Amino acid sequence: MCPLTAYIPVSHYVVMGFVKLGFKGRDVISILDFSREDLEELFAYADRIEKMGRVKLRVLEGKIIALAFFEPSTRTRLSFETAAKRLGADVISFSGEEAISVAKGENLADTIRMLDNYSDLIVIRHRYEGAAKFAAEIAKNPVINAGDGKQHHPTQAMIDLYTVKKLYGTIDGLTYAVVGDLRYGRAATSFIYALTLFKPKFVYLVSPPLLRARPETLKLLQERGIRFKEVENIGDVISDVDVMYVTRIQKERFPDPLEYEKVKGSYKITMDILSHAKKELRILHPLPKVDEIDPEVDKSPYAAYFLQAAYGVPVRMALLALIFGVEI
Amino acid sequence: MSTSTLSVSKLRNGTVIDHIPAGRALDVLRVLGITGKEGLRIAIIMNVESKKLGKKDIVKIEGKKLSREEVSAIALIAPTATINIISEFNVVSKFRVEVPEIVEGILLCPNPTCITNKHQEPVVPRFRRISKNPLILQCDYCGTLLSESDIANYIRGRAHETR
Repeated sequence: MCPLTAYIPVSHYVVMGFVKLGFKGRDVISILDFSREDLEELFAYADRIEKMGRVKLRVLEGKIIALAFFEPSTRTRLSFETAAKRLGADVISFSGEEAISVAKGENLADTIRMLDNYSDLIVIRHRYEGAAKFAAEIAKNPVINAGDGKQHHPTQAMIDLYTVKKLYGTIDGLTYAVVGDLRYGRAATSFIYALTLFKPKFVYLVSPPLLRARPETLKLLQERGIRFKEVENIGDVISDVDVMYVTRIQKERFPDPLEYEKVKGSYKITMDILSHAKKELRILHPLPKVDEIDPEVDKSPYAAYFLQAAYGVPVRMALLALIFGVEI
Repeated sequence: MSTSTLSVSKLRNGTVIDHIPAGRALDVLRVLGITGKEGLRIAIIMNVESKKLGKKDIVKIEGKKLSREEVSAIALIAPTATINIISEFNVVSKFRVEVPEIVEGILLCPNPTCITNKHQEPVVPRFRRISKNPLILQCDYCGTLLSESDIANYIRGRAHETR
């Protein structure tokens, strides 16, 4: 939205006098742009919206939200569209590069300038890391990152933490296992980043060696004093875990298909593995899932991922309402 | 036993960049954006003996006094470099280089799917210095870390050749 945000880490409170900046007019690029207090405010808002049921509010009447999905999406795009429409906004959208002028060679900057003129807020998904940040530097109106390559997926992280809060009443003090593709998975990375804003008891990073978390992720965990350990098998730590966050292997982000073949199907959560888990353990997954969770698990009390997907609408409604600064 | 010396005449006005790690002089000029086509008189002295470094490179630029800001980026590849500003054959200012907090437009991001590497996008690569010693930079767009040993490979211009 403003080029200056590129240089100044978004501060949530002005030190002099602790004036809260809040959400109004803000870009949403990384979950790390937010404070714990911001997220708690968002969750309280989402909770209020959720309790209203499936009502149509008219607080964003006259606003147009652009959904610019340069990469395919089902849940994220549809939940943003549902959230916008429930708030009374109109939606313009495209999905995939083929259908738009990008296929003719138009660059991202020009597409964003056009959308910025047509709409009041842009939601963008793009396969290049940093695309949302770049878009936010160009656009006058707020930009929400709905996934940039392997880097950030901040609204997914908001939904994930909201789900944990709803399930356990707290995000602090729990032991987490983030399982799967921690190298290329933006949802897993954003979830790990989000945990650093709270006080988890312990975080296990569970992945095959080829899919370990990236150096910048590990550095952040160290800097923020989060207790964590990298392990290869979930079976070794499952009895200790409260929240298991499972992700699929991001086939589309592997630079080398042979590398993907090496790790394909290298982990699977089954009822057999879960027989060693705490009764209270809950499994989250940003979806879509492929074969990393046995379908048998879907019917068990451990599976919380469909509930998590449903929370996508109230959380995104709350976020849009807060960015536009409207009261519900 | 024969000895040979390499002599380069003293600068009247200009800048001497001394104590460049051996073999990095051309990289230093690249970082400064000097191609040789600007018409400046430049002496490049490479792999000469140094008490401090064992071997070093020196760059002398006649007629151009570089500012601290202009030369600060040299520290990316030549952290030991010292800058001498010469006026009428005398050193009028001498300083060490330091990597600035924001490094913009000098390095390319190593991540091929960083937006700064996308073809025809008007975006300038930008790195933030997140550690001084050891030197670590982080891409402001994609978060990729760049350590001191890798920096020389990603100087704009040179990176294209080595990738």
